[in-house]
Parts: sequence; C-alpha cells; structure tokens
Amino acid sequence: MGAGHAHRLYRHGHSPVHGLPPHTKLAAVFAFVVVVVSTPREAMWAFGVYALLLAAVAYAARVPAAFLLKRLLIEVPFVAFAVLMPFVAEGERVDVLGLSLSVNGLWGAWNVLAKGTLGVAASVILAATTELRELLLGLQRLRLPPLLVQIASFMIRYGDVIADEMRRMRIARESRGFEARGVRHWGVLAKSAGALFIRSYERGERVHLAMVSRGYAGSMPVIDEVTADRAQWSYALALPCAALVVCLLGWTL
Amino acid sequence: MTATPASLAVSGLAFAYPDGHQALFGVDFSVARGERVALLGPNGAGKTTLVLHLNGILTGGTGTVTVAGLPVDRRNMAEIRRRVGIVFQDPDDQLFMPTVREDVAFGPAAAGVKGAELEACVDRALTLVGMAEFKDRPPHHLSFGQRRRVAVATVLAMEPEILVLDEPSSNLDPASRRELADILRSLDVTVLMVTHDLPYAMELCPRALVLSDGVIAADGPTVELLSDHELMRAHRLELPFGFDPRSVPAGG
Amino acid sequence: MHVPDGFINAPTSAVTGVVAAGAIAVSLRGARRELDERTAPLAGLVAAFIFAVQMLNFPVAAGTSGHLLGGALAAILVGPYTGVLCVSVVLLMQGILFADGGLTALGVNITDMAIVTTVVAYALFRGLVKVLPRTRRSVTVASFVAALVSVPAAALAFTFLYWIGGTTDVSIGKVATAMIGVHLLIGIGEAVITALTVGAVIAVRPDLVYGARGLQQRLKLRVNGELVDAPGAPGPEPAPAPVAARSHRKVWITGLVASLVLAGFVSFYASASPDGLEKVAADKGIDEKAEEHANADSPLADYGVESITDARISGGLAGVIGVGVTVVAGSAVFWSVRRRRSDDTSPADTETNV
Repeated sequence: MGAGHAHRLYRHGHSPVHGLPPHTKLAAVFAFVVVVVSTPREAMWAFGVYALLLAAVAYAARVPAAFLLKRLLIEVPFVAFAVLMPFVAEGERVDVLGLSLSVNGLWGAWNVLAKGTLGVAASVILAATTELRELLLGLQRLRLPPLLVQIASFMIRYGDVIADEMRRMRIARESRGFEARGVRHWGVLAKSAGALFIRSYERGERVHLAMVSRGYAGSMPVIDEVTADRAQWSYALALPCAALVVCLLGWTL
Repeated sequence: MTATPASLAVSGLAFAYPDGHQALFGVDFSVARGERVALLGPNGAGKTTLVLHLNGILTGGTGTVTVAGLPVDRRNMAEIRRRVGIVFQDPDDQLFMPTVREDVAFGPAAAGVKGAELEACVDRALTLVGMAEFKDRPPHHLSFGQRRRVAVATVLAMEPEILVLDEPSSNLDPASRRELADILRSLDVTVLMVTHDLPYAMELCPRALVLSDGVIAADGPTVELLSDHELMRAHRLELPFGFDPRSVPAGG
Repeated sequence: MHVPDGFINAPTSAVTGVVAAGAIAVSLRGARRELDERTAPLAGLVAAFIFAVQMLNFPVAAGTSGHLLGGALAAILVGPYTGVLCVSVVLLMQGILFADGGLTALGVNITDMAIVTTVVAYALFRGLVKVLPRTRRSVTVASFVAALVSVPAAALAFTFLYWIGGTTDVSIGKVATAMIGVHLLIGIGEAVITALTVGAVIAVRPDLVYGARGLQQRLKLRVNGELVDAPGAPGPEPAPAPVAARSHRKVWITGLVASLVLAGFVSFYASASPDGLEKVAADKGIDEKAEEHANADSPLADYGVESITDARISGGLAGVIGVGVTVVAGSAVFWSVRRRRSDDTSPADTETNV
C-alpha cells in the first residue's frame, strides 16, 4: 500500500515545475508531444530546439541530466528497430561506409528516433515532477472517465503489493532450489501466475467489501480537489506553445 | 417492531455461494438497540457469510434482514450501509486510502459530507479511538493495534446504528486488546461482535449467540452459554485452559 | 510492442485514438453492468496483476526470454470488457509513468494490445467453449488456442496500422512476415502460459474464471437437522431454455468459421500480395521517385496539397475502409457479446466470496 505516496520515477522537490497543478502539466506534455509528432522530419533543427526546450524545463525542475538519460533507456528496443530500418526500407539507396542503405529508411530511422526520444523525455520529466496521486487527480480533472481513473488508482495502489507477492513467491521457489531455465519450467511459472491471480482477485474483493461497507456506490468521494488559475495554465502551456511556433516555422522554412 | 424497532432483525436467512457451497441454512435472531451481543461459532460456521448479509453485500438467498426497521434490499442500500458499520478482520484491506485522514473521511464523503463538517467528523471519530494525532500518517506506518483502531474510526465516522466487528481481538497484543475493549465499552452504539475469542466475548457482551452449521444453535446470556459444557463441545467451542466463566464478573 | 511517438503518423494515431476511446467507453459500460460497483477495485487489482505478470519473464531458449502480453489471459479470467479496461489502464500508466509507449501512440497501443488481443481471444474462446464438450479440459484447450491466435492477430493489426500510417515505407510484406513470424513464436509461449494459468485458477477457484461460469445448486433450509428445499428460492441464474442454447451454438459455430475464413483470407492477402501500396503506384504509372517523395514527407503529408496522387488517395481510401471495417467488426463483436450477456441475469450480487 506504500505506493500511494511516491514512485521510483518521482523525484521529490519544490521547483516551479513540481508546484504546477498536475492537469496543466499533463495537458502541456500531451500537447507538446502532439506538436513534436506533427513536425516534418526534414526540419532537423526543429528537433534540436525541442530538445533545448525540454532541457530548459528539466533545468527548471532540477531534474539531473543523468537521471533523465538513464530513463531514456526504455526506448532501446525501438532504437534497435530504427537501426534496422535503413537496411530493410525500400527506395533509393546510398552507400555509407560500404553499406548500402535506403535513404528513406534513414529518414524513417531519424524520424522515429527523434520523435520517440523527445516523447520519452517529456514523459520522464512529467513523471519525475508529479506525484502519483497528483497524476491521478490530474487525469480526473482532465475529464478522463472517473471509473477509469479509479481503476488506475487501484492498480497503482496495489501494484507494488502484488509485485511484492510475486517476488516473495519467486524467493520461495528459489529457496526450494527451483530456477526457471527453459520451456520445461513454464508450468511452475504458470502455477505461480494462477496463484497470484487468485490472491489479487480475492484482495480486490476484500477491498471492495470494505469500500461498499462505507457507502461506496460506484464513485469515489471527492476529498481533495486540484484547481489551476490562469497564471499556472499559462506557465504550463508555455512549453507546447513555444513548440508550436517551432513546428510552424519547420513547416514554412 | 413498531415503537422502537430492533437494531437488527434476521429471519429465515439461507444462502449458498455461486460455487454451490451453502453456508447459511435459515438464521433467525434479533438485537435490540444498545445491546452488545457476541456471535460465536467454530470456523466455517457461516459467521462471515452472515456478517456480509447484514449490510447487503451478499444477497440473493432467501429470508430477510432488517436494520432499525429498514429491510436490506437494493432500494435502501445506501442508507443500510451508513447504518451498519462493519469492521473487517484485516485492517489492511479496510484502510485503502493514502492517509488516515482520507480513509476516515471516505465514508462520510461518500454520503455527501463536505468541507469543515467533514473535517469535524473525521476529528470526532479519531478522538473516540484515541488516534487524533495520527491524522496525517499513512496507515501502513501504524502498528497493527493502531490500524485496527483507525479501522474502527473509519466506521464510527459514519455514525452507524450498529457496529459489527469481525474478530476484533485477532492479532492484538494484550495491551492493544485492553485498549480496544475500553474504546468499545465507551461507545454508545449497538455492537455485534463476531469472534471465537470467548473470554473477550464474555468481557464485552452480556448476551451471546452460537452459530453452527449455518443456523443459530443457542441464544442466551454469555456466562450461561459458556458454562454449558455440553453445548460448547457440540459446537467445537473451547475456552482457554483454566478459564472458568463463573469466576469472572460478567460483561456490561 | 509498445509503439513510441513518431512511429505511426498523426492521422492514423488520431483515428486509433478514437477507436480506442470508443472501445473503452463500451467496455466501461459493459464492465459496469457485469461487476456493478465492484468494477473499480476488481479491475484495478486485475490490472495490477496483469502489470505484475508482464514483469514475469519466462525463459524461451538460448538465453532469450519472453513475457506475457496478458490480453487473452485477462479476457478469459475476467471477461472481455474488464479485460479491455485492465490492459488499457496498464498501457495508459506505462505510457504516462514509465514513458513506455508514446503518448500520441496510446491509441495505436491500446487498439493493438488491449482491444484486438482481448476481443479476438475472447471471441475464439467462447466459440470453442460452446463447441467443445463442457469440461474443464475444454476450457484449458480453448484458452490455449485463444491465446495462440490472439498474439499474431495483434501483430497483424499492427501490420495493418503500419500499412496505413507507417512513417517509413518498409514493404508491408517484410513487416507482415517479420511481425507475424516472430509473434507466432511469442504466441506459443503466451498460449502455454495462459492455458496453464487458467488451468491453475480453474483447479482452485473455478468460479473466478469468467469464461467458465458454472452450474448452481438449489438452496436448502436446515429444519430440525434435515435439509429441505428452500421455498421459492430465486435461482441466481435461471437456466436458459435449451432451444435458445442450441441456436446460440449455431450462431457461435457460424461466427467462428466465418472469422477463421476471414483471418485466413486477410493473412493470405497480406503475404501473397505484399506490396499493395507500391503495386497500386506502379499500376498507376507513378515512378518510384514520386512515390518516395509522397512518403518521405511528414506525418501530416496526407493533408499537404503538393503531393496528392492517385496512390495516396487510394492508399488513404484503403485505410479508411480498413478502419471502417475494423470498427464495424469490433462493434458487431461487442454487440453480440452484449446480447449474450443480457440474456443472463446479473450474477454480480452473489459473486462475492470470502
């Protein structure tokens, strides 16, 4: 149940970015990513400017570069995919260091890498400056269906609990000399997964009982609410607005 | 059931789980306002199943349950759940909000209480169980006994007609047990306490019911039931070694 | 499989976003009808379970390992509506919290991994359970097949989306071959683990397996120590009339055969005629250069004025038709599932187990 307070990606702080209401940050990040994705890939300088914009936000939020770069590793599988693109894509080819590469593939790889990386970086900064509970309040404020927000909040509250249970089951397996090495051991893993499902489901039922017993009838009572004033909105939206200008320039230049 | 209806009246209650296992086979009893009653029974007697019928979590069997004259059915469900406060055995399942304050506020807020009134309600409930200074702590940082007290507070905040406690003394050390007993005695509500901690039942409840094989097998003063060796044996109830119910002042 | 930003172009992302939002809205309503106010905690905990299970790596061979996608498992254990919700929430949270999967690609990811896997797996599962004898082994077998098909189906859906809105023109044949080939292998792992997991749950708590909801017994009263039938016990689930059951069976067999034929046809087309878009371009006499120029543009090229060609129009048309077909097929499945559900009386009240 400890997940209610902080998550591994969150960095506690009191920067101006931390202080912004969560829904303004969510809206800003989403708008920023949309703008980035809509930028023509030939306007390479635009992506450089986006990166600078994000760096400025990261600086304001006091998120260290090392932290940010480490989190970017999540992208690696798709980097591998992007690296393959120049080899497999169709169209005109050029020779680079003796390799025959597709021009279109190179552009495609650049496109995915640049946009993907910027998207990941924006999400990482958001997650690093916003507490989980705040994020959920923000999503609710942005009119995500309340039921969906509740499901997400329960998932987050009990995610660690269940992952812990899974870890304990693994430790129990390993202390009895079992180590999953190949296909033959899938059965054991599946039994653990089955047991985990039953435990999760039963805990869900117990939590539900406790909730309905206190008058829950399908909607979470509002105990804390987040609001944003005009100034906070304009701070938050400065990022996507700047990006939009860059994007428009990218289209016209 | 006209002038002052019983806090709780159960009649002819039978229920089977969806997997086919039948747990209740026709339960009848009633609890008058202000009474403290212990519901005793061996494991698997259907105690928890019965508790879940009291606020309409389980329905779909036969028989009726009424709370302060109000039948437990779909139409009255919100009111029933406000009036019947259930404290579950595992406080970790009951405390699902990030802080003690939000957890205690959950019930009243669900009933539409807001703002200063809500805060006052939370403070009142926490003061009753002596946990007011832990208001902004996350529940999982409290001791087990403290968590159980907060769990009681979450229910008291709703000002229930009847307080239903499922194994309130389980996993408590002797001091926490004593504190909880003092708190329960000080409250001015009807209490139904489901337990197989017989000395605890005797200490707190003048009257007891024995639930066995899905029916009420006995109903009477706690001292008399606990002293009836025949009855106790028949329903797998055992007193701790050396405990003599006759030698202890009856609860009240 | 988590698609990042910039991989699929903006219009396609937007359309899949709308599809995903629609499906989630339908699922919210469906889950609510099935689970009542239990939806939030149960779906939340099942989502947490799926989230945890995705971290459970199973060793395949030679040092590589795969992980469960969980769509089929969720659909079979908790039903298609709740399944879609759980997997979608997992994807949403992975996108926002862990930057795993782009925010603009959320629609693509949800459509692909939450909706396609869940709906395909559940439709196939129900179909097989209807056709096979009513035993627990059948449920396990049906789970195996459902999970086995659901993963390549998701790969196929991804290929389709890539074909419509990919930002690089890797030939669709290569994408299809690679995606479906790899995911057939992953599908085998998914199928084994899903079937074994469902088997493990059904052995202990058969009532928890949504796809295998079973028989009910009549209530009894203990009167003077003897059991008698309770009078007027409202059966929690009235047995459906045999006639209705038979006609349902027929519908299900027909649906199953139709979807298999359809799936076979689509994959045949995908492999036999790999370069649909380029073939169209060649037929129209557009040289490679022009085609490349059209594709080399930004994601918003569709809206650009300079390079609208017949190929683009026909490609876009194909895309629109494709998405339309997907939506129609999806709603047909939802509709039929909903029809079935509404035939049963709500079991929500009596489900709780302690």
